[in-house]
Amino acid sequence: MLKLDAKIPSGHIEQKWDSYKFNAKLVNPNNRRKFDVIIVGTGLAGASAAASLGEAGYNVMIFTISETPRRAHSIAAQGGINASKNYRYDGDSVYRLFYDTLKGGDYRAREANVYRLAQVSSQIIDHCVATGVPFAREYGGLLDTRSFGGAQLQRTFYARGQTGQQLLLGAYSQMMRQVSEGNVKIFTRREMMDLVVKNGKARGIVVRNLLTGELERYAAHAVLLATGGYSNVFYLSTNAAACNVGAAWSCYKKGAGFANPCFTQIHPTCIPRSGEHQSKLTLMSESLRNDGRVWVPKNKGDKRNPNDIPENERDYYLERMYPAFGNLVPRDIASRAAKKMIDEGRGVGPTGEAVYLDFRDEIKRQGLDKIKEKYGNLFDMYYRITDEDGYKSPMRIYPAPHYTMGGLWVDYNLMSTIPGLFVMGEANFSDHGANRLGASALMQGLADGYFVISSTLPNYLASTKFEEAHIEDSEFNDSENSVRSEIKKLFSIKGNKTPNEFHKELGNIMWENCGMGRSEEKLKKALKLVPSLRDEFRNNLKLVGDEGFNQTLEKAIRVRDFLEFAELLLKDALYRKESCGGHFREESKTPEGEAQRDDENFAHVAVWEYAGENKEAELNKEQLTFEYLKPSTRSYK
Amino acid sequence: MEKNKFSITLRVWKQKDASSKGYFESYKVEGIIPDMSFLEMIDVLNEKLIKQGKEPIFFESDCREGICGCCGFVVDGNPHGPDEHSTVCQLHMRRFKEGDVVTIEPFRAKSFPIIKDLIVDRSALDKIIAAGGYISVNVGSAPDANTIPVDKNTAEKAMDYATCIGCGACVASCPNSAAMLFTGAKIAHLAYLPQGKPERTKRVLNMIKVMDSLGFGNCTNEYECEAVCPKEIKVGAIAKMNREFLFANFLSEEEPQLPPVFHKSTVDVPEDE
Repeated sequence: MLKLDAKIPSGHIEQKWDSYKFNAKLVNPNNRRKFDVIIVGTGLAGASAAASLGEAGYNVMIFTISETPRRAHSIAAQGGINASKNYRYDGDSVYRLFYDTLKGGDYRAREANVYRLAQVSSQIIDHCVATGVPFAREYGGLLDTRSFGGAQLQRTFYARGQTGQQLLLGAYSQMMRQVSEGNVKIFTRREMMDLVVKNGKARGIVVRNLLTGELERYAAHAVLLATGGYSNVFYLSTNAAACNVGAAWSCYKKGAGFANPCFTQIHPTCIPRSGEHQSKLTLMSESLRNDGRVWVPKNKGDKRNPNDIPENERDYYLERMYPAFGNLVPRDIASRAAKKMIDEGRGVGPTGEAVYLDFRDEIKRQGLDKIKEKYGNLFDMYYRITDEDGYKSPMRIYPAPHYTMGGLWVDYNLMSTIPGLFVMGEANFSDHGANRLGASALMQGLADGYFVISSTLPNYLASTKFEEAHIEDSEFNDSENSVRSEIKKLFSIKGNKTPNEFHKELGNIMWENCGMGRSEEKLKKALKLVPSLRDEFRNNLKLVGDEGFNQTLEKAIRVRDFLEFAELLLKDALYRKESCGGHFREESKTPEGEAQRDDENFAHVAVWEYAGENKEAELNKEQLTFEYLKPSTRSYK
Repeated sequence: MEKNKFSITLRVWKQKDASSKGYFESYKVEGIIPDMSFLEMIDVLNEKLIKQGKEPIFFESDCREGICGCCGFVVDGNPHGPDEHSTVCQLHMRRFKEGDVVTIEPFRAKSFPIIKDLIVDRSALDKIIAAGGYISVNVGSAPDANTIPVDKNTAEKAMDYATCIGCGACVASCPNSAAMLFTGAKIAHLAYLPQGKPERTKRVLNMIKVMDSLGFGNCTNEYECEAVCPKEIKVGAIAKMNREFLFANFLSEEEPQLPPVFHKSTVDVPEDE
């Protein structure tokens, strides 16, 4: 059994973080250099952690799968970052951001963590502005904000449709400053293959140098994982090609609990797929729902040009079903509503798997220039991909896997069930419950990296007695040997199917059976299909090339991990019989078809523990208690 | 939904590693759908090659949304291909037709050594940033974000330059392999913001010095970089950098520094296979 102590500080929720910081043990500035810290991943969480820990004087080694830290997928986030600044005086506060985030997550997140996130949100904006992030501004020179889904006020700061890019380049520049100071060393084109645990503590990693194929070992006093999410288990998702679950999965196999893997988010506004060759789905920012109206024809199979469909034959279904929030309902609700329309046969476009997002009315009201100024780059992107002009006729959108709320279990310190292994950003599970609100991922990544880990890691380092650990230790040997033999195994198969074919097949199984609607029947079916696909992989994988630089091998390793991980995701989805947030069990819905939560039986985090090869993962539970916000039925009507 | 399928001949630069000699190899790609992206077309070809037990074409891409800056090679002489201000991942096959012969080769510059096939090493760009492309401020020490107002036009100008994705197309398009658009964009972004002012003289001197030492060439006003930049960064970035450089040299207290030495930095490219 895992020991799941969330280590939430005592005291009132408003004081917990301050009292934590006061009680935390500190490391003397002169001693910090003696501590080596490994960070895996250079996205918002990883890069900002490298910056803050480098500034403090720790000896940081940071690893990225890409050729430069600038490629991390945080860069693709478009819409914005939330903060409870209340610059607009529209009723915002730390407490309201806390409330919106917890409610948006359908009461499946940990109160104390979410409150802390809301608390540091303001400081994130301050720091980002000071580091040169060019946020959008009003004519008076002060910062502009806009609305996002799940909130009735304007707390989202943004830099055109490229907020993630600007924040990542900001965090990257702060990290590069530490590189120039000699506090941070970057290792590019390295993929983490295994976590090394010695004397019960995380003490290092084994990585594969992607250019040479060599396995390399690195030892440290703590390992910080910031490797993002696992949406690519669905094959087609909004994630970048390199995003994978491998690093997190290797930690799981070394004893880190995996929490709520079934909490995955389907984003409602993506460009629909165009054919079998499709390699990824492109997201278009949720901010488009500020001014775009979502609709389908009232009549089934209406194939007319959308501009020829008169007003009274259009169904603006989000405005009809959820008048209070309208087009700005949270993502899970918008996605499900779209699915409902499509299931009713009212989907549009050549495949019938799309709904309209229409700017006609707002172009009329605000003028074309204003809309172009706000969303120009998104319209351009839509045009490049679809060859259609979104200003002249409505865009077609369809939901796609996007973000994963589930991840490695962490306590209030962001430490996993393995001492010394910390998990930040999307890779952990803690802040978004069963559904993440728009513009909250960037907030969490930077909160974890800039503000949380810089206080919690020193506490661990200062209060732990460290044994010697060197890369020649037997633990490192064993780890490297097992990684090597697993790679050799892949080469020995000599089958006929490419890694990509397996990935595509896995994605189909997952999307069909564990996508927007999940049922016992479908999940049980998938739980048969996935293991048999995995068996086929083990017997029929085709590889080319050698163990050196080999992109086919890289893909094969990632698909191998997804094939194992997918089963855990399905198992968790089957276990969680309730519907909540992005996890919609068809058996658990209200008479109106909305998600029906079951607080009595499922107000807990499901934390899965690795039990060994070919053994069933074991379930552990962290009970969620709600002292400050009583769970209520989430209503956006 | 499938429109007319067509086929093209793809001439691809193959090169084992930095020290090996490269050559063009031709592949026939069939069953192309106009809605496919260019990279998806290569994906399809690569799948076929793997099936046949042959080595696939090595190329890089990640987000495939035109923002990460990872993809990038030269299509028929154009970095990122024939579409204006676009990354190659956003190029679609509807731009091509039956029977086309399309040549793809890596970004070529002395400072971007070829790693394999279409993949080059662009890490020199990170070295330029490490030389000063940041504002020195520690976590937790910043004043409230609205303390210093920044007028909207200035903020927009900073943003125009900040959108650089660091893909290196500007270097690849430049006859001198200059990285001045990249470096200038970063300098301009930070120089326009009041937060970047305290370090502005040191920043421009250090970044130019490192840029120069990495073997990038100088600007001779060809404007090729502006023409290919996926983010439409204007050569105004270079002008701004030069003004910052002059300011730092003549008006500040910093030690004066010579401007970048003029040198061309191209590599020899073989004519044909």
